[in-house]
Amino acid sequence: MLTAVISGFIFALLIPIILGRLKSISTLWVALLPLTLFIYFLSKIPELLAGNPIKPSYQWVPSLGINLDFYLDGLSLLFVLLISGVGTLVFVYTSAYLKGHHYLDRFYAYLSLFMASMLGLVLSDNIYTLFLFWELTSISSFFLIGFNNDKKDSRKSALTALAITGFGGLFLLAAMVGLGQITDAYQISAMAPMADAIKDHSLYGWVLFFLFIAAFTKSAQFPFHFWLPGAMKAPTPVSTYLHSATMVKAGVYLLARFTPVLGSHEWWNGTLIIVGALTMVYAAIHALFRIDLKGILAYSTISALGILVFLIGLGSPDALLAASIFILVHALYKATLFLVTGIIDHETGTRDVTQLGGLNKVMLPVGIAAMLAALSNAGIPPSFGFVGKDLIYEATLGMGNLAWLLTCLAILTNVALLVAGFVAGIKPFLGKLPEKFKNVHLPAPSMYVPPLILASLGILFGLFPGVLEGGLIKPAVSSLTGTTPDFHLQLWHGFNLIFLLSLITIGSGTLLYFFLKPSESLLKKVSTFDRLSPQSLIMGISRGFALAGKGWTGFFQNGYLRYYLITILGFLSLLLAYRLFIGVDLLINTDVMTEVTFYEAVVLLVMAVAILFTVFSKSRLAAVASLGVVGYSFCLIFLFYSAPDLAMTQFSIDTLTVILFVLVLYNLPKYLKLSDTRVRIRDGLLSLIFGALISILALEVMSESLSKETSEYYAENAYILGKGKNVVNVILVDFRGFDTMVEITVLAIAAIGVFGLLKLHLRSTEKE
Amino acid sequence: MKTIIFKSASVYLLPLLLLFSVFILLRGHYLPGGGFVGGLMASIAFVIHSFANGVENTKNIVKFHPGFLMPVGLALALLAGSLPLFTGETFMTGLWMDQPVPVIGTVGTALFFDTGVYLVVIGVTLTIIFTISEGL
Repeated sequence: MLTAVISGFIFALLIPIILGRLKSISTLWVALLPLTLFIYFLSKIPELLAGNPIKPSYQWVPSLGINLDFYLDGLSLLFVLLISGVGTLVFVYTSAYLKGHHYLDRFYAYLSLFMASMLGLVLSDNIYTLFLFWELTSISSFFLIGFNNDKKDSRKSALTALAITGFGGLFLLAAMVGLGQITDAYQISAMAPMADAIKDHSLYGWVLFFLFIAAFTKSAQFPFHFWLPGAMKAPTPVSTYLHSATMVKAGVYLLARFTPVLGSHEWWNGTLIIVGALTMVYAAIHALFRIDLKGILAYSTISALGILVFLIGLGSPDALLAASIFILVHALYKATLFLVTGIIDHETGTRDVTQLGGLNKVMLPVGIAAMLAALSNAGIPPSFGFVGKDLIYEATLGMGNLAWLLTCLAILTNVALLVAGFVAGIKPFLGKLPEKFKNVHLPAPSMYVPPLILASLGILFGLFPGVLEGGLIKPAVSSLTGTTPDFHLQLWHGFNLIFLLSLITIGSGTLLYFFLKPSESLLKKVSTFDRLSPQSLIMGISRGFALAGKGWTGFFQNGYLRYYLITILGFLSLLLAYRLFIGVDLLINTDVMTEVTFYEAVVLLVMAVAILFTVFSKSRLAAVASLGVVGYSFCLIFLFYSAPDLAMTQFSIDTLTVILFVLVLYNLPKYLKLSDTRVRIRDGLLSLIFGALISILALEVMSESLSKETSEYYAENAYILGKGKNVVNVILVDFRGFDTMVEITVLAIAAIGVFGLLKLHLRSTEKE
Repeated sequence: MKTIIFKSASVYLLPLLLLFSVFILLRGHYLPGGGFVGGLMASIAFVIHSFANGVENTKNIVKFHPGFLMPVGLALALLAGSLPLFTGETFMTGLWMDQPVPVIGTVGTALFFDTGVYLVVIGVTLTIIFTISEGL
């Protein structure tokens, strides 16, 4: 299992190297990786059906509870098969779609990186690796959306998608940490038995909130949905793979995975039903007015994700069954429609539905695939979509009081989705072929065979739903509900209420399709409402953040050394004053102080005079020199207290400092009156306050009982361990040698900085 | 400050002070001194020379840019620190020779480390001072 997940990452590393050498050969073979994975996971089905889920575990950071615990049950199986299966077709499709593209190798690398992350995500049992893989999908999708990085739009969309999904990722971490706190477990499978205890815990609400934000951002639920239409800037294989079949379903997967742990609570069900219903209706209506094929598909995908969230929210076994089926139905028809859109775009150069028509005459196989997908999307028998739609109505009808309201919402959504599907899947292929598309021809088989396969599966599964029932759907539902489900999938249920509802949906949808003609002017009217949309609100908030950040930085990072010093000293003074103000008794321990000797008194007097001279001097050089006097006086004090090492070093440093100051100041004009009295008073006050506080602090420290353990250890062991009698030096080069190492590195960096600053400055003036 | 006395003295002061700085470096393990102070003293020696004879002349004595001393010193310190790795001990463990070397005393990795510090300090100080005195 580990190999299966890791192989994609390794492949992603190798592929640019391999493809770099094999430029001329068709890249079809790359699809072998997902194909192998698909077969591998298929081969796991008998083992899974035999009873227990497969749970391999690999140690990683056991001390933190972070292990690669994988868990393959019915739900994971459904997703891994989708990921590797659709992945295979997308890899094949890409080999023709981006044939000869300069960065094809990179594209495949990102794609397999994404596939591996996605597999890891749906197989993770450990909550922290779940988060890790979740973030990896966000990051790899950032690269894929921004693949056309020479276009500004593309980069912007990639950034928006990353910002929204990354934002959600942080919430996922919070939710996972919360769950870990409540259960003291790191494995999701270990949490399910504790479901009741979790729901009674006070943190339950928070965990739900965080988890919902994570799932809603990833699965593009209202109000975070707007990144998905933007992400359509990506090449079509990416839209197919990430934004219809797999990544956006990660949020749905998360909700499904945690249904046995957190579900069946009024907060859980209520929130999911409301958000899901809002998203599905809102996005479905939006989809009606788009004219860009990809835009239509993007909004209808958001709507479908809304349906899934809505179904998980309903939470009844019927609804969960409907959700499992609909995940598959949607992946099959939506991936087909995306691939077809890619072909249309590739061959005709436009995705505008108002211009397309009659393409059946030039690319019949593509048209067949699209129409089969549109049938499945519309839920017309005998497609798999019909089975799915029936189950959705069955689920909503079983909801007691709210049954009719929920059913109406579901019908409304389905009608709109049907129209959107017809516009995307049927309209471009029927009718009159425009003159300019007469020369359009059928693309390579590796482009039109994948959508044909997907679309025919959508019909085959509809005719024979029993094929999937035992191996795929039953295990998935049982891992969602925790019981062995008792149902039988079939296409034909007889003439009943549900069939009537399906007929109403199909009938009204088809009528609407003939009356509502999407057009430019209609789109413009609808977009006027965009000003109030969540997108503009959230964009406004982020702009506000940027402005506030700019103002904040501009205020503190003003580039004037004097203001930096004022900020630092002022802040420190406030902090110290506050600390002294609250509950520190000023205790000055006079016992430890020695008598002031005559020498010390003289040195202190010299220092005081030198400081006064520095402050009031009219010449810069004199001020610097008298600062040097202060420094030398310090050396004397060090000597009095028998610290020759310190004195020596201080002496050299002071000498060099004075020299440096002189070098810098020497060339400046004679002392002018640069600061007025007010500024001088301000600076003087601040200095006095700071100095006084530091003095108080120093006196405070004297009265604290000092721990001498460290210094005694050094003194005792300097010769034994370090073979040196000079303790200071032994500490520098031996005990704390690593610190010294870093310090000299910093010194070198500082010197390079000074050198670079002055020399680069010179060069730019030379240029002028 | 270009007096004859200062100028003539500086010519003799430079080698003397450099020798003194090496002395300070070597005695550091047993008596006050060490690489850091030694490096500062050596730098002061060069600064005195440049005050008397001009930066250009001092640079001509050194022949190469003092900045090169920084990587050399850093590499020496790193090497001294990682030498114990080859004998199977942890990074920065002090290794010592059994017999003392005449004049220098007991030689160990710590001395090489300190020499690295010494070189870096000279390199840093001279680079900064020379750059600033040229730049203005």
